[in-house]
Amino acid sequence: MSHWSVVPIVLPAFLASFIILAARHHVAIQRVVSVGGTAVLLLLSVALAWEASDGTVTLYRLGDWAAPFGIVLVADRLSTLMLVLTCALALPVLLYAVGSGWDARGKHFHALFQFQLMGILGAFLTGDLFNLFVFFEVLLIASYGLMIHAGGTARLRAGTQYVLYNLLGSTLFLFAMGALYAETGTLNMADLAGRVALIGPEGTAGIRVAAVLLLLVFAVKAALVPLHFWLPSSYAEAPAPVAALFAIMTKVGAYSIIRVFTLIFPPGLEATAGLHGAWLLPLALVSVAVGMVGVLAARRLDRLVAFAVIGSMGMVMTAISLFTAAGISAALYYVVHSTLAAGALFLVVDLVAGGRGQDDTAADVVPRAGATRTAALFFAAAIAMVGLPPLSGFIGKLLILDAAFGRPGAVWVWAVVLGTSLVAMVGFARAGSAVFWRGRAVRAADVPADPGAPVEAEAPAADPRPAPPALGFAAVGMLVALLVLHTAFAGPITAYADAVSRQLLTPTRYVATVLETPGRLWDPAAARVPTEGDR
Amino acid sequence: MELLVASGIGVLTAAGLYLVLRLRTFPVILGTSLLTYAVNVFLFASGRLVVGAPPILGDAARYTDPLPQALVLTAIVISFGMTAVVVMIALGAFLHADDDRVDDPAPEDAP
Repeated sequence: MSHWSVVPIVLPAFLASFIILAARHHVAIQRVVSVGGTAVLLLLSVALAWEASDGTVTLYRLGDWAAPFGIVLVADRLSTLMLVLTCALALPVLLYAVGSGWDARGKHFHALFQFQLMGILGAFLTGDLFNLFVFFEVLLIASYGLMIHAGGTARLRAGTQYVLYNLLGSTLFLFAMGALYAETGTLNMADLAGRVALIGPEGTAGIRVAAVLLLLVFAVKAALVPLHFWLPSSYAEAPAPVAALFAIMTKVGAYSIIRVFTLIFPPGLEATAGLHGAWLLPLALVSVAVGMVGVLAARRLDRLVAFAVIGSMGMVMTAISLFTAAGISAALYYVVHSTLAAGALFLVVDLVAGGRGQDDTAADVVPRAGATRTAALFFAAAIAMVGLPPLSGFIGKLLILDAAFGRPGAVWVWAVVLGTSLVAMVGFARAGSAVFWRGRAVRAADVPADPGAPVEAEAPAADPRPAPPALGFAAVGMLVALLVLHTAFAGPITAYADAVSRQLLTPTRYVATVLETPGRLWDPAAARVPTEGDR
Repeated sequence: MELLVASGIGVLTAAGLYLVLRLRTFPVILGTSLLTYAVNVFLFASGRLVVGAPPILGDAARYTDPLPQALVLTAIVISFGMTAVVVMIALGAFLHADDDRVDDPAPEDAP
C-alpha cells in the first residue's frame, strides 16, 4: 500500500504544528516553511493526479482497517483534480500574503493556513461520509481563525455570522448523517452506494429525507440561493488572501454534491427521483441571476467580487444539475476556471485598496504609481470572470450551454446564462471604469473626505502600506497566467474532465476498489469476520 | 421509549431553532447548543435503541450498535470546540461594536 495519498493531509498538519510550537515568533521561518510545504503539496498532488489519470483508483486504509468498517482515503480522478486545483490556488495566495505583509498582522496566519489546507485536501480525499464531516469542521475551524485574522469590528461581526451559519450547517450535516445511518447502517460512501440501491420502493422516505438534508448542507457550503446569505459579508470582510483561498471552499460544496449525487444517489435512483433536475436546476439559475444582479448593485469592489462568486457557483450548479456526462465535465471545467478567477479578483481588489490606502468605495479613487498594472490585472480577471472571449470563462459558459442543449429547461439555461453575462459585464465595466479611469482626473489632495462613507474605528489608512508589493503582483500574475493556460489547453482539459465524469457516472471501479481491497479485518487469524448479514 | 426520545429531540430542536431566530448573539449561541444536543441524541438513536446490552460485537446474543457512540463522541467534541470559538468571536464583536446583533447592523455604504 503506497502511503503517498495520505501525505496531503499529514504534511500540512505537521507543518502547522511545527509553526505553532517552534516558530510562532519568527515570521521568516513561518514563511519559508509554509511556502515550501505548499510547493511540495502542489508537486505531490500533481503526481497523485498523474497516477490517477489513467483511471486508477488509489485506496489508502487508515490503520489498515478494511473499508466498510475503517475509514479510507480514495484518490480517483475527481479527488486528485481538486487537489491540484487547491494547491495551485494556495501557492500564489500564500505568496501574495507574504508579499503584501498580510501574514505578519497576526501570529498564526501560516499555521491556520496550513490547517485549512489540511481540511480542504482531506475533504477531497476521504471516502467516508463522517470523515467528510470531520474534515469540513477542520477546514471551518481554521477558516474562522483566518476570517477574523488581523481583527477589526466589521471583521468580527461578519465572523460571528459566518461561524453561526456554519455551525447550523454542521448540525444539519449531522442530522443528515444520522438519518442515513439509521436507514443503511453504514457511512462509507462506496458501501452506501450499494445499500441505497438495494432499498425497495417501500422504504424510500428516510432515504429521501437524508438525501435532501445532505443536498441542503452542501448547498450551504456552495452558497446556493437561498442559502447564500453568509457569503457576501464574510468574503468581503475577510482579509484578501483569505478571501482568495475561500474561493476553493465553495467548491468543496460543489465537489461534495458531485461526489454524493453521482455515487450514493445517482440520477437514475428511484428513491431520490425528481430531486436532481426538478429542484437543483431552478435554484442554480436563480443563484446565477442573484449573483450577477448583485455584481451590478455592489458599491464596493470586494462585495462585487463576492457576488460574482455566488453567480459563478450558480453557474457550476447549473451544469451539475443536468447530471449528464457533458454537464459534469462542463461543471468541472468551470470549477477550475471560477476558482482561479475569483482568487485573482480578490487579490486584485486588495492591490487596488492598498494602492489607494483608503477604503474601497468606488467614489474616492486615488490611483497611484502601478495602477496601470493593477488595472491590467483587474481587466484580465474580470474578463475571465464575466465570460468574455478569449479567456476561460467564455469556454466554460459555452460548454455549459452546449451541455444544456436539448435538455428540458434548456431555454431557461440559455436565457439566464446569456442574460446574466450581459448584466455582469455591465457591472464589472462600471466598477472598473469608476475605479481606474474616473480617478485619473483626481489628485490625492483634491479628494474630500466622503461624508457618506461609514466611519471605521480602525481605518486601513492608520497603517499605510508601502508601494504595491512586487511579490503581490507576481502572485496575481501567476493566477492570471494559470487562467490563460486553462484557456490555451482547454482541449486537453475538457478531455480530462470528460474522463472524470465518465469515471463518476460509472462508479463500479471506485466501489470495487474500496470494498474489495482486503485489510486487517480480513485477516484469517481474526476470530470472527463480520459479514453483510450482521446488521 | 422511542416516543420519549423522539419527542425529546423534537423539543430540543424546536427550542434551539426559536433561540437561533432571536438574532442576538447570546440566545443564538444557546440555540445552537440546544441544536447540537438534539443532534447528538438523534445520532445516538440512529443505531436503534437497545437497553442493557453491551456495545461490543462479541459472543453476546444481544448487542447495541457501537458506531453511533463513536460518532456522537466525535460530534460532541467538535460542537464543544465550535461553541467555545463562537463565544470568543461573538464576545470580541460585542466588545468592539457595543452591539450584540447577529445580522448586519445597517444598510452598508449608502451612496
